[in-house]
Amino acid sequence: MSIEVRNISKSFGAFKALDNVSLDLPSGELIALLGPSGCGKTTLLRIIAGLEYADQGTVILSGQDASNKHVRDRHVGFVFQHYALFRHMTVFENVAFGLRVKPRAARPPEKEIRAKVRRLLELVQLDWLADRFPAQLSGGQRQRIALARALAVEPQVLLLDEPFGALDAKVRKELRRWLRRLHDELHISSVFVTHDQEEALEVADRVVLMNKGRIEQIGSPREIYNEPATSFAYGFIGTVNEFRGRVEGGYVRVGNDLLPHGRTDLSDGSAVVAFARPHETEIIKGEIGEGVEAKVNRILTNGAVTRVELIANGDAREGRKDYFEVEVTPDDLAALSLATGERVRIRSKRLSLFGENV
Amino acid sequence: MAGAVAARLGAPNSGSATRFEANLATRDLPWVKYAVLGLGLAYFALFLLLPLIAVFVEAFRKGWNAYIAALTEPDALSAIRLTLLAAAISVPLNLIFGVAAAWSIAKFDFPGKHLLITFIDLPFSVSPVVAGLIYVLIFGAQGWIGPWLSAHDIKVIFAVPGIVLATIFVTFPFVARELIPLMQAQGRDEEEAAVTLGASGLQTFWRVTLPNIKWALLYGVILCNARAMGEFGAVSVVSGHIRGETNTMPLHVEILYNEYQFAAAFAVASLLALLALVTLAVKTYIEWRASQVAPEEKTS
Amino acid sequence: MAYAHARRVLPGFGLSLGFTLAYLSLIVLIPLSAVFIKSAGMGWQAFLDAATGPRVVASYKLSFGTSLLAAAINVVFGLLLAWGLVRYTFPGKKLVDALIDLPFALPTAVAGIALTAIYAKNGWVGQLFEPFGIKIAFTPIGILIALIFIGLPFIVRTVQPILEDLDAEFEEAAASLGATRLQTFRRVVFPTLLPALLTGFALAFARAVGEYGSVIFIAGNIPFVSEITPLMIITKLEQYDYEGATAVASVMLIVSFLLLLVINGLQAWTSRRTGREA
Repeated sequence: MSIEVRNISKSFGAFKALDNVSLDLPSGELIALLGPSGCGKTTLLRIIAGLEYADQGTVILSGQDASNKHVRDRHVGFVFQHYALFRHMTVFENVAFGLRVKPRAARPPEKEIRAKVRRLLELVQLDWLADRFPAQLSGGQRQRIALARALAVEPQVLLLDEPFGALDAKVRKELRRWLRRLHDELHISSVFVTHDQEEALEVADRVVLMNKGRIEQIGSPREIYNEPATSFAYGFIGTVNEFRGRVEGGYVRVGNDLLPHGRTDLSDGSAVVAFARPHETEIIKGEIGEGVEAKVNRILTNGAVTRVELIANGDAREGRKDYFEVEVTPDDLAALSLATGERVRIRSKRLSLFGENV
Repeated sequence: MAGAVAARLGAPNSGSATRFEANLATRDLPWVKYAVLGLGLAYFALFLLLPLIAVFVEAFRKGWNAYIAALTEPDALSAIRLTLLAAAISVPLNLIFGVAAAWSIAKFDFPGKHLLITFIDLPFSVSPVVAGLIYVLIFGAQGWIGPWLSAHDIKVIFAVPGIVLATIFVTFPFVARELIPLMQAQGRDEEEAAVTLGASGLQTFWRVTLPNIKWALLYGVILCNARAMGEFGAVSVVSGHIRGETNTMPLHVEILYNEYQFAAAFAVASLLALLALVTLAVKTYIEWRASQVAPEEKTS
Repeated sequence: MAYAHARRVLPGFGLSLGFTLAYLSLIVLIPLSAVFIKSAGMGWQAFLDAATGPRVVASYKLSFGTSLLAAAINVVFGLLLAWGLVRYTFPGKKLVDALIDLPFALPTAVAGIALTAIYAKNGWVGQLFEPFGIKIAFTPIGILIALIFIGLPFIVRTVQPILEDLDAEFEEAAASLGATRLQTFRRVVFPTLLPALLTGFALAFARAVGEYGSVIFIAGNIPFVSEITPLMIITKLEQYDYEGATAVASVMLIVSFLLLLVINGLQAWTSRRTGREA
């Protein structure tokens, strides 16, 4: 089922949680709503589910306006962050709940309910836990039961609120892979909310990056990572080196230093923020007259790539030190022969610039 | 009963009802809301509010002068004095007991702790009449040590000591019941930290424990006091109803009422009702304080 | 003990526990045991005669019957009140919330005479029923009224915190699975509240069975009709029938202990079902 969101706005008192958000999600994909806490992603998910009504705008599910439909009539499966499993019901009864509360005419006979719940428990590989109570399950098991419960009513779309947020790191990784596999089996349109970029990039077909109630970028994980559309997207995804300064010809002036940017369409004097990923940044020694000066702080060798952490030179703005990170291959590392505390310069062959008139 | 109140003190109102009324999944239809509120509040008015109003209306039925006269006649003054005396003895004793019991139960591990807590709760589930009876069985003329007492000319039953004992019994768990769950929840980390920093036992209690429990302590004390001043059944059994000597305020109310001096009975009763209202006001204030403090505690 | 003592970091264990046990024994345990020792000294037949005389049995029926009924009525209306206080905003809510505890704070004798004044045949409420030939005060209905008064806060105050802690997520989950509001209440909310409701019921019942002060004024105290069990103890005492009073008291004590066990069990169930400390 496709999900369309048109011009949604939502405020809580003075706080604007969503500011004119529009979104078009095609059928059958696994989509991540990614952003820092307070960016409005959970509110958007709850509005799609019908757990919250928007102040303005429409929600269109499968081409039909669902804005005024109650949550119970929207046929969405919702998996809650803390699972919200009913404590007084067994795992089996939890999964059967959605079937048992159907109007008498639509309710399947008991035998069918039992068979269906069994099938779902097998699907989430927990059929042996049918008679347990939620309190007797681990976090990962609860998560899978919550998913089975949501799937029992055959929702047209599956919505998951921070599905892995309450789990420890190892279980989280396992469940991520499992969710991806499950989605590939069922092909049900799914949207999940996360603040963890790694999770979003690894699991989703498509990532919706949000900030301060607005959508920053929509794209495949590869696009989001390699072609960040805004300075927020650049800063939020992955590790990044950030330089602030003004354009001076082919350079960005950062303090007393000059950083080459390789673009021709910039007007002198405009303020810019420049970003470069660690693997797109290089360390140079000797008098070259370009690059930003920095001091080698730590050299972290860990596997094939060495990460060099540097402290920005001198002008620690407002008492805050700026750190840079550069990834260096073993060959380059040998050639550079760096020492901790040494003053070097860094520059990038692939600088991304954001700012006025850029 | 106090346990339930303690639970409220420990977990103050987590927010206003608007969070439920604004939520689509927890919002009730208007007619449901008005039906629930209508029935509930009518019940509240019929059984709680009306009796409270009636006390004051009846008390002033014969006017202000009769009201004052009923409160200042010698027997009434004597009853007020005895009530204050019984509370002044029983409340501090039960306060000390409550702190000692909570300290030993919350800060140490020992076998039989659960049983001890159950025993402390016992007086709540004993009928006040039985509470009075047990002291008659021990100190009464035919009781265990009654003959010895009368030989030494000591009066317990039908005298002030019996009234004080019965009052102590019925108010026994109040302070302990407020402190035990709170101090158990607070654990012993802070006290242990104080001891590692060189504090003595008393210093630890005064500077670390007491500030943490002061509101629950006050809460227990005012409930204890309200019950001590208002106890009727247990005191009635051991008092002997001697006017001017062994009558507390509630017993004085009963005597006046049975003599058809309704206005006077309600006048004395209105003093007790006032005490109840003050108690509820202080209690509400303490709960409000606790709910103000709690969020800070959670973040620290 | 020596091992445990060596591990204790905090001071005052011996003193505080010693005082606790001594005070508990002197004030509560030894005096209570007097009832059973005295009963045991009576001989079985004398005990039975005293504890099961026809007038006493009539008082048991009355006390237990009215207490059960009052607690049951309070469960229904107490739940309504708790629901209203937690789920709705309405003017005067803070005042209502504070006054719910009135029966805890108001001396029982005061409640007794006030209720009698209202529900007597010329009282504010009593006169409304008088034309229909319904007498409230000085009948078992009067006893019921008094027991409703003293029991109400037990229900409200046990259910209210559970309802406050109940996360909206459970109802949201039920709604997202297609449940109507009524189904959600019946299948999700009510089962969560049930242990607390039963605990409140048991607490209110236990209190009502032993209640004396608020009842005797409104009851009329007619033998075989409106004479409650605690009053039987007083009556026997006034007739210097100490053995009879003790026998009835021991029956009441046993009931109290059983109820205490039930209440402890219910509270454990409440905390298991709600994940909340009792």
